Amino acid sequence: MKALRNYLDKIKPNFEKGGKLAMFRSVFDGFETFLFTPNTTSKSGVHIHDSVDSKRTMIVVVVALLPALLFGMYNTGYQHYLAIGTDPGFWMTFIYGLLAVLPKIIVSYLVGLGIEFTVAQWKNEEIQEGFLVSGILIPMIVPVDTPLWMIAVATAFAVIFAKEVFGGTGYNIFNVALVTRAFLFFAYPAAMSGDSIWVRTADTFGIGGGQVVDAYSGATPLGQIGIAAKEAIGSFQTVDILGNPLTTWDYFVGLIPGSIGETSVIAILIGALILLCTGVASRKTMLSVFIGGAAMAAIFNAIGATVVMTVSPIDHLFLGGFAFGAVFMATDPVTSARTETGKYIYGFLVGAMAIIIRALNPGYPEGMMLAILLMNTFAPLIDYYVVDANINRRLKRAVK
Amino acid sequence: MGLLSNKNKEVLAGPLSKNNPVIVQMLGICSALAVTSKLEPSIVMGLSVTAVVAFANVIISLLRNTIPNRIRIIVQLVVVAALVTIVSEVLKAFAYDVNKQLSVFVGLIITNCILMGRLEAFALGNGPWESFLDGIGNGLGYGIILVIVGFFRELFGSGTLLGFQVIPQSFYEIGYVNNGLMILPPMALIVVAVIIWVHRSRNKDLQEEN
Repeated sequence: MKALRNYLDKIKPNFEKGGKLAMFRSVFDGFETFLFTPNTTSKSGVHIHDSVDSKRTMIVVVVALLPALLFGMYNTGYQHYLAIGTDPGFWMTFIYGLLAVLPKIIVSYLVGLGIEFTVAQWKNEEIQEGFLVSGILIPMIVPVDTPLWMIAVATAFAVIFAKEVFGGTGYNIFNVALVTRAFLFFAYPAAMSGDSIWVRTADTFGIGGGQVVDAYSGATPLGQIGIAAKEAIGSFQTVDILGNPLTTWDYFVGLIPGSIGETSVIAILIGALILLCTGVASRKTMLSVFIGGAAMAAIFNAIGATVVMTVSPIDHLFLGGFAFGAVFMATDPVTSARTETGKYIYGFLVGAMAIIIRALNPGYPEGMMLAILLMNTFAPLIDYYVVDANINRRLKRAVK
Repeated sequence: MGLLSNKNKEVLAGPLSKNNPVIVQMLGICSALAVTSKLEPSIVMGLSVTAVVAFANVIISLLRNTIPNRIRIIVQLVVVAALVTIVSEVLKAFAYDVNKQLSVFVGLIITNCILMGRLEAFALGNGPWESFLDGIGNGLGYGIILVIVGFFRELFGSGTLLGFQVIPQSFYEIGYVNNGLMILPPMALIVVAVIIWVHRSRNKDLQEEN
């Protein structure tokens, strides 16, 4: 640690104004403050004088995402070996998934940070750290077979048009990772939906080649529900990729096909615990998303006209990206509502919208992404009226 | 005063860049989003609007001293409607396919804000020749933006230009896929925004203070 500090101090003059590497000043600054908490805190004004800056906050979110990411890697391998009908043991399964997921993480970070560093250098600003979290979220919310160049294009689009044009980290209206996914979803629908993209059946870097077994079908449980919704209600049962029936417990554990990081509710709950204990994410938002989703699902259960309406509230919360979105996306402090009452309203509507889209829109089996993006738009409006109501309430009290 | 005096040159060239109806005055955005998913309809739409604005400008300019002020909007609408009908019939006769692609948007030229804007702001106060140049300039200024937007949307959305395959087949074989979002209207808005971005950063005097 000491040696690293000394090394940084030694090369620092090169990056100061007039030094020979001055053009990379912001890059150096970014890495220095990433590795070491700066000693300086703000001296004036109403700021919290604390060394926990946004880099430290972001790292907590990344740590909270790790259980879901590691589980996602294992699940990627697990689904693959299930599809080709062999069992190579725990470590080979994990390594297969690691090799399949790692390139996505690298591409997402390279493209996103590259643009952020360039913009920071160009505008002569410090590097903003918001992409630390977005960069790891992006690979976790795409199917395993999404081509790397698509991720690169979508990441570049999202960082430039959802973030930098609004003024960078902290000013964006929409969640950057979800804009990336929405771009992929609408630009390359064939690569983002359907039955054949959720499980990688080919080998990865030469590992795990083999023939797909006969019974294989790669549809996700939500995909199956979406297809069944078009038919009349009968005895409907979601199945795994080999045709074995799935239960609520399977949805909870998460060894089912889906986007890389979203399947396991257990891993997401561990992450949620980390976020709540450290106080990084708002428990009000998180809780009300689940309540909103459950309430809406219960209403649809009462109607019960189609297959997707009869899915129980618990299953709805466990399936697809609902839990992942509720814990990691809806709680984004920048794009969600900021007033305390507003957080309840915002969260409740996110959950309710997600289930409405699932149940009523025949085109999209999953609604979490669109629900959060939609409510991102309304978050400032919710805040405005919450503040307004507060002012009116206190005004009445004062006039009396 | 010559036919192309400095003032007239400014009337003609101003709308192409510094005073562009679409990216500076923000007029005619609706049709710019609707017809630009392919290059060919963009070009035809640009030319149609140019013809309508130019001749409507001339006619209103000739009539400007005889139109009673209180009914001038009605007179302008009659003139524009007549011209739009002519353009529409010509397109149906000589470019039926494009006419079908443009569908209602040819008829909707009548509601294009650029038209009423130029008639009100320019033709009612200037002579026929200046009005003609102003109409040509504004029509082309509108057309240029449409062509740029149409170019990028067709290139990335369909891999073609004017219907011809531009992106080679070998690209598709190694995994390239057309960008479906480019075909959808939201992307037209973003392409227009990028044009405005580039344009404003090259013309510092157009940047708004905030």
